[in-house]
Amino acid sequence: MKILTLLSFFTAYTLTASVNIEDSAGQFFSSGHTNNWAVLVCTSRFWFNYRHVANTLSVYRSVKRLGIPDSHIVLMLADDMACNHRNPKPATVFSHKNMELNVYGDDVEVDYRGYEVTVENFLRVLTGRLPPSTPRSKRLLSDDRSNILIYLTGHGGNGFLKFQDSEEISNVELADAFEQMWQKRRYNELLFIIDTCQGASMYERFYSPNLMALASSQVGEDSLSHQPDLAIGVHLMDRYTFYLLEFLEDIHPASKTNMNDLFKVCPKSQCVSTPGHRTDLFLRDPGSVLITDFFGSVRKIEITMETINLTDPIKQMEENSGNDVQTENNTYVDQLPVSEIIHQKPKQRDWHPPDGFILGLWTLILLVFFKTYGVKHLKHVF
Amino acid sequence: MAVTEVERRRGKLAALSIAAMVILVGVPLWWKTTQTYRAWLPVAQINELAKLQLQLSADVEVVFARGTATPEQQKKVPVTQTQDEDHAVDEDTTLRYRHETRYRTATVMEEDALKQPTAAEADLSLHRLSESPCGSLVIYVIPESSSLLPENVNVYIGQRRTALLRIGAQMKVGKTLKQLLAHLEPRVKQILQVMSFSHNDITAALSDRVRFSPDNKESIADSMRAFKSSPGYEITFSLLNPDPKSHRLHWDIEGAVQTYIQPLLTKLSPVANFSLDSQILYYAMLGVNPRYDSSRSAYILNADSLAHVINPVEARLGSNAASSNPVLNFLLYVPDAHHSPLYIHDHKKREVQTNAFHSPRWGGIMVYNVNGFYQTGTNFPVDVNINMAKVMGVFLAQLRLLLGVQSTAPPSSFQVAPCGSSGLADWELDRLMWSRSVENVATATTTITSLAQLLDQIGNIVINDNIAQQVSSAVTSLQLAVAELEVGNLGFALQYSKEAILASEKAFFDPSLLHLLYFPDDQKFAIYIPLFLPMCVPILLSLLKIVSEVRQRRREKQAKKD
Repeated sequence: MKILTLLSFFTAYTLTASVNIEDSAGQFFSSGHTNNWAVLVCTSRFWFNYRHVANTLSVYRSVKRLGIPDSHIVLMLADDMACNHRNPKPATVFSHKNMELNVYGDDVEVDYRGYEVTVENFLRVLTGRLPPSTPRSKRLLSDDRSNILIYLTGHGGNGFLKFQDSEEISNVELADAFEQMWQKRRYNELLFIIDTCQGASMYERFYSPNLMALASSQVGEDSLSHQPDLAIGVHLMDRYTFYLLEFLEDIHPASKTNMNDLFKVCPKSQCVSTPGHRTDLFLRDPGSVLITDFFGSVRKIEITMETINLTDPIKQMEENSGNDVQTENNTYVDQLPVSEIIHQKPKQRDWHPPDGFILGLWTLILLVFFKTYGVKHLKHVF
Repeated sequence: MAVTEVERRRGKLAALSIAAMVILVGVPLWWKTTQTYRAWLPVAQINELAKLQLQLSADVEVVFARGTATPEQQKKVPVTQTQDEDHAVDEDTTLRYRHETRYRTATVMEEDALKQPTAAEADLSLHRLSESPCGSLVIYVIPESSSLLPENVNVYIGQRRTALLRIGAQMKVGKTLKQLLAHLEPRVKQILQVMSFSHNDITAALSDRVRFSPDNKESIADSMRAFKSSPGYEITFSLLNPDPKSHRLHWDIEGAVQTYIQPLLTKLSPVANFSLDSQILYYAMLGVNPRYDSSRSAYILNADSLAHVINPVEARLGSNAASSNPVLNFLLYVPDAHHSPLYIHDHKKREVQTNAFHSPRWGGIMVYNVNGFYQTGTNFPVDVNINMAKVMGVFLAQLRLLLGVQSTAPPSSFQVAPCGSSGLADWELDRLMWSRSVENVATATTTITSLAQLLDQIGNIVINDNIAQQVSSAVTSLQLAVAELEVGNLGFALQYSKEAILASEKAFFDPSLLHLLYFPDDQKFAIYIPLFLPMCVPILLSLLKIVSEVRQRRREKQAKKD
């Protein structure tokens, strides 16, 4: 009898002890990340791609609302919408028709704008191979305990994504970039969302662990836009991102919604294309991954239990340390060197061989000449 | 007919010589000019380093005070023993811990020092006698009857690198030296687990190389809390005053930092550089509404709501944006007059003594109530001088946790001396240096090996000379660091490991190593075929014609012979 009671006490004690440890380390154990980053890229420019900028800015707003600060967001936009000459409402970018929601506002912090949004800069941000003069806000300073959200939107095709109408990034390059990030432990878990035509082809080639990917359409399908606004004259949002944002509106920093709900966003009836997702490289079960693990920034907290007893009085700072510093007279560089501007010589431009048109024109002239007069006159010309 | 024969011959020669020209001169020229410049990398040495075999050595001195060893035992001393412990972490990483234990008897001056009334004073006078080098330990074995330690305490761990061990009752009379040493060994091992490197710490430091699943959740929490090894850190102290109309706060941050924080940072200077700054934010609220508890007539912040406090504030914190070093933020929040006093409750609804909490890899927040400094009804704004000693005590404890100084709690019969005015005991510094050295070596080896792999896989990345030089210097520093760790020179090992990691990071993150040029095979064909095919087709055809003619002639000759 005594042994039984002893045993029961013992088991009860160990149970409570283990629950205590569970409690304090419980929140650590569930996700393993301590900070969140977001890389949001809009790869299109020009007025008719308004919807891509609106997509990216809406995701930016949601991510900020859920807690990720600007210092942890790398936003790459062409940023030529708000102040575009064709924008009937300057300094605004709307995401709902009837101009309900202005996602541009006055606290949007764009890190790479205009022509800086290139494949090279995107890959440099991901792999961290930036020149030393790059400021902190343009860097992805993640560590091995960072969860990163990467959102790409624009025009894409089977295996590539078009950047600003002049270059493209292939799915192999993207997969290699993620592998380099993994090698250097630059992420704990990574969520990759892409809203382009044939988006699923971009995540086909991933091979690094802890990657989860969502795309708005399968290979061979086009992602369609949602709604045009007749006053602005362009389509405002893409369907997938529109329904994604509707889903995110219900998320608040303390919500417990998990990734399985995110996979159900925008079924074929609403989106016309079939959204896809890929979770085979992800170690945890998607049902246990919270939306706020990637979209928000919920910090882990530990109560400070100890303090150090400090008894020394504060040393008074020495007063005469300032007098020894030699004051230098600083001067400004001449801000407007007028004399140099006036007497400027014309810039030496490099000589280029004659361009296509000139070449074609001369070829035509020569052809006509030799046609009419015959080839035997060649020796008189040369 | 002869003319055509000569012409045909000339044609054949021309075709042959053009083909020879193309093959002998053209192809090597094309190859050379389309080659990317790749400087030589010490690949063999890098592959050697991929299999990491670390040996950590520590010197331990065990000193027998009077009354602990019999004269016969004392005659056999001094004696040196070496203990090796081998661990294979995974197939590429093996660890060996070596402790060289030297047993000797105490000198007269040490005996005098041990006669002090309390353990703390004994520790101080022992330290004055001799300074132990970095990474070593001295354990003084005192007799059971000694009054230095209280009743239930068997071990006292000092502020420097000494410990006092009370010998057990059995070893009183007439046992041999071997039995004495055997009795002491488990106790010494226990002390070494606390004061010197332990397997848990070292395997946690290897997390860059080895993604392992540790057996207990507390060590996961520990590994997530401390910042990763970095050459520098930035510490920012912020004072948040949401109610400047009521409180006019004065804090002597410069003096406080100079007196309380700077000694710790100076002591940690071999580990990393620190830069400090401070700021005051006005009208900065916490993002959470505290609950009013009428029983305590105070406002309460629950542990669950603490997680949402940091984000709204973080957006407003400025930071020194000049470097990419990790930033530690320490916030001091003085609640506004309407929400004073504000207390933090832990998960069990108990009040927290320090009224502070911290977030792993971010920093700490302390709530400082000032309602006790003035009576209700005084004219606002009220001047308040903040007690910096109390505040800095909490921030210093949080700083120690965030930098990875704190170790697991020692066993119950141990008494650990409070860390001195510098906030860090010497043996804690040694532990930190060991785990940092191992972490740096592990990270640098993985960086270098993955860089070598990457450069090997992708054939058309240009490897400049400076990258090759960085890689070579990283490899040499790594080899030196591993060698110094083997010998036990902790200071040099840490320095070399820091150099290694700096060089390897510089090489890996060099901006010129961007692999942008992914050419799928069909694109390569599409580029070369229009250039080379029109030129090669006539050459090939004429060569084939020559070969078929030669063959025909040979057949004719054969036919003629037969």
